[in-house]
Amino acid sequence: MLNIIWPVFILISFAYGILNGNVDKINQSIFESASSSVQLCITFFGTICLWNGIMKIAQKTSVIVKLTKILKPLINFLFPECKEQENIKQEISMNMVANILGLGNAATPLGLKVMKSLQKENTKKDTITSTMAMFIVINTASLQLIPTTVIAIRSSLNSANPTKIIFPVWIATLCAAVAVVISTKIFIYLDKNKYKTIRRKR
Amino acid sequence: MKFLNYLSSAAIPIVMSIIIVYGLLEKNNVYDTFVEGAKEGLEIVVKLFPTLLGLFIAIGALRSSGVLDLLVKIISPITNLFSIPSEIMPLAIIRPISGSASTALATDIMTTFGVDSKIGLIASTIMGSTETTFYTIAIYTSCVGIKKIKYVLAAALIGDLVRNVDFCSNLRIFVVKFFLTNQ
Repeated sequence: MLNIIWPVFILISFAYGILNGNVDKINQSIFESASSSVQLCITFFGTICLWNGIMKIAQKTSVIVKLTKILKPLINFLFPECKEQENIKQEISMNMVANILGLGNAATPLGLKVMKSLQKENTKKDTITSTMAMFIVINTASLQLIPTTVIAIRSSLNSANPTKIIFPVWIATLCAAVAVVISTKIFIYLDKNKYKTIRRKR
Repeated sequence: MKFLNYLSSAAIPIVMSIIIVYGLLEKNNVYDTFVEGAKEGLEIVVKLFPTLLGLFIAIGALRSSGVLDLLVKIISPITNLFSIPSEIMPLAIIRPISGSASTALATDIMTTFGVDSKIGLIASTIMGSTETTFYTIAIYTSCVGIKKIKYVLAAALIGDLVRNVDFCSNLRIFVVKFFLTNQ
């Protein structure tokens, strides 16, 4: 994706800048951007390493197991088709907990494992199942409890209160998560009914 | 409102203490584990840097050449209709496509308009509450060879839309009040 976006961004800006006589500004911005990316990464070193260290402690304790237990009713509601498959439900909840704690590096491999387990149960190998659909959609919903990256960006820009956005982020995440789950449930329902009517016609 | 602000500030210390207390209760070598984890964080940032550098330059070029302003001007009639600040729209569009590009763009927006300005705060919230939708769908479906994804993209994008529109229009009123009363 970036192999397309990156050159397009640069070439369009350079062309537009030259046409408008903004060449000096562009020159200046190239070097400013380079140094501000270094600045951001220096802040990232602090915050991301700190958070990674804390989360490493969490991974070694039973916090994750406890959280998976709390999530159980929610997972039964979201994935009604896996009611009997305890191991898949376990994997799904591990992935969700990793997402909530912001363990991006742990969440993706766990998620891929879930997809592989779900694919084993799938009868049409090239088509997505409703459980997979719900699972992927939830993974796009960003359930992160502490938005560390944004806090890092904000503190690198000397914000008066970098963590102030945590609560608004929770609200926005929650609204979107509810919207996503409802719309996916509706899509799944419509999809199933479509197949029923096709079968009836046959 | 004061309580909500307190909750925002207390979230990190609370989460950290819970985890550390758990570690102590279960007799882990808490500090050794912390250092081990922090070391892994180092690698993440080092790997991230080249990507960010490239995208910072691209976004910086868009901003300084005036393309970004032009884009904002073009879409402003539509965004005005929903009373969304049009300066935010480029971020809302890039966010589902690329994580590092949106990091660069959000940083640029916050630098240009101020971290603690209204636009800066909305940009922060968009960054914090959304995920790189296209990337996530691509990686999860391609790993098991699924080609027909039916309604998944639509459902995920509904989420992004709700987040952006909802946040920018309705929630914004709430959030702006929230920030103003606490400043």
